[in-house]
Amino acid sequence: MADIADSERAARPAPRRLGGGWGRRLVVGVPTLWLALFFLLPFFIVLRISVLEMDGAQFTALFGRDADGQWQFNAHLQSYALLLQDSLYLSTYGSSLLYAAVTTLVCLLIGYPFAYFMARAAASLQPLLLMGVMLPFWTSFLLRVYAWKGLLDTQTGWVGTVLVDLGVDRVLYALGFIPAPGQLMYSPFSLVLGMVYTYLPFMVLPLYGTLSKMDLRLLEAAQDLGATAWQAFWRITVPLSRSGIVAGAMLVFIPCVGEYVIPELLGGPETLMIGRVLWDEFFANNDWPVASAVAVVMVLLILVPLVLLNKSQSGEGARA
Amino acid sequence: MMASPAARWTGRLWLALGFLFLYLPIVALVVFSFTDSPVPNVWSGFSLRWYHALAADLDIRQGLYYSLQIAAATATGAVVMGTLAAYALERFPVFRGRMLFAGMVRAPLVMPEVIVGLSLLLMLVSVQRQFGVPERGLLTIWIGHLLVGMAYATVVIGARLRDLNPQLEEAAQDLGARPAQVFFLVTLPTISQSLLAAWLLTFTISLDDVVIAAFLSGPGSTTLPLVIFSRARLGLDPTVNALAAVLIAIVAVFVLVSSYLIAVRERRVYREQRAARQGG
Repeated sequence: MADIADSERAARPAPRRLGGGWGRRLVVGVPTLWLALFFLLPFFIVLRISVLEMDGAQFTALFGRDADGQWQFNAHLQSYALLLQDSLYLSTYGSSLLYAAVTTLVCLLIGYPFAYFMARAAASLQPLLLMGVMLPFWTSFLLRVYAWKGLLDTQTGWVGTVLVDLGVDRVLYALGFIPAPGQLMYSPFSLVLGMVYTYLPFMVLPLYGTLSKMDLRLLEAAQDLGATAWQAFWRITVPLSRSGIVAGAMLVFIPCVGEYVIPELLGGPETLMIGRVLWDEFFANNDWPVASAVAVVMVLLILVPLVLLNKSQSGEGARA
Repeated sequence: MMASPAARWTGRLWLALGFLFLYLPIVALVVFSFTDSPVPNVWSGFSLRWYHALAADLDIRQGLYYSLQIAAATATGAVVMGTLAAYALERFPVFRGRMLFAGMVRAPLVMPEVIVGLSLLLMLVSVQRQFGVPERGLLTIWIGHLLVGMAYATVVIGARLRDLNPQLEEAAQDLGARPAQVFFLVTLPTISQSLLAAWLLTFTISLDDVVIAAFLSGPGSTTLPLVIFSRARLGLDPTVNALAAVLIAIVAVFVLVSSYLIAVRERRVYREQRAARQGG
C-alpha cells in the first residue's frame, strides 16, 4: 500500500495545493485582517501618540496647518527626551534588563539539569514528568504568585521560616538581595524568585525537547574515543542543545522584561521594573505620550531577543 | 548509556527538588484554604469557614461569571482563528506577506502584556472618539484575549497539522473531494484533539489574565483575576485561598479525566494499527 502511494506521489509532478481560490483567500485573509486591525494598527497608534504633546486634555494634531495655511508635521520628541533626561527611566530600563537576565540565568542553572535528567529518565516515566512540568500552567498563575507572598513570610511562611532558620537570609542580605535580614518579601530576591518560579517551565520545555531528541550514540562514540562523561557532556550534549538553550532563554527573558504582575505583588519600592512604570504613567499620571514612548522603547529593547528566538525556532522547524 | 549510582541519585534529587519548587505554592494554597485562622498563613485547626465566605462573596461570583463568559468566547474564537492561521502557515508555503503574517501571529506570544493592553486601549479610545463605540467592557476584553489566545492556538494546532500524514488529505483529493470537503471531512476530524487542547489552553489563559483586562475593562466588567489581584495587592485573604483550592480541584479532575480518555484512545489506535499491520 505505502509503496504504491509513494511511487504515485513521485510520479506526480507537484502535489496539488489544498484549497485554491476563495477558500485560500479566506484562510489567509481573515487572520490577516484581524491581526492588522488589532495588532499592527494599535501599535502605530502608540507610535503616533508617543510623538504627540498633551495640550490640556487634548493632543496636538500630528498634521496641521500653520498660520499661513501651510501643512506641517508636528512630531514632538519631548516624551523621548524625558526618557533620556530623567534618570528614573534609564535606571528602570537597566534594572528590568538586569532582573530579566538574572532570572534567565537562574532558570537555566536550575532548568538545564532538570531537563537533562528528565530526558535521561526511564522512557515510561517521561510522559508523566512532562505532564508534571506542564500541569502548573493549567492552574492560575496569579494565584500561584500570590501563594509565594505567604510562603516567604519569615514569621509564618513555610519557605521563609526555613530560610531564616538556615541563616540564608543573612547571606542574601550580605549579597544585597534583601533590604534587611529577616525580610525576604518585597525585595529583589522575592521578585527574582517569583519570576524564576513562573518562567521555569518555559526554560525546561524547549530544553527537554532538544535533549530528548538527541542521538545517544554520539555520547557512546565519544566515550569509546576516550572522553570522560564530563567532557562528553560539555563538548557534545551542550553544543547540541544550543537551540533549546536559546529558545528557553528568550522565552524567559522577553516576558520578564515587561513583567507587571510579579513586581507588583512580590517586588518592593526599590525593585523598579519598566512594566510597572508604564502602568503608573498611564493609570496614575494619565500621561499617554510618555506611556507610549516607554512602550515603544520597550519594544525596541526586546526586538533583538525576539529575532534570536525566531531564528532558533525557524532553524528548529527546518531541521524537523 | 550507563549512569553511575551517584549520577542517578543526583538526577532523582534534582527532579524531586524541582517538582517540590513547582508544586509547593499549589499545596500551600490548598492547605491554608482549610485553616480556621483569619490569616491564611497560620494553621489553627480545620474549618470550612473560608469556603462559606467564598460562597457568599458577591464580587468573586460576579467576577467569575464575567470571566467564564469571556474565557469561553475567547477560546472559541481563538480556535477558529488559530485553525485558519495554522492552516495558512502549514499548508500554503508561499503567499504574499507570509513573513509578516508569521511574525504577527507569533508576536503576541512574547509581547509584554502591558504593551498589548496599552496599544489596544489607545486604539479603542481613538475609535470611540470618532464613532462613540465600543464602550469598554466584556467585548473589548474579549478582543484583547483573542489576540493573545489566537497566537497560542496557532502554535498548538500548527504542531498537529505539521505531524499530520499528508497522504490522508491527498487521498481524499484523489477520490474527488473538493478542498473544502477535504478540510471539513478529513483534516478537521483528524486534528480535533489539538483543537480541544487549544480551546482549553486559551480558556485558562483568558481566565487568568490581569493586565490586558485591567487596560480594557470598563466599570461593569471587573473580571475574576481583577478581583483577586486587587485583594492580593492589599494582603493575604483566605477567601482567595478557598477560591484557588476550588479552581485547582476543577483542573485536577479535568486533567485526570482527559488523560484517562487520551490513554484509552491511544491504546485503541495502537491496537487498530497493529491489527491493520497484521491484516495487510
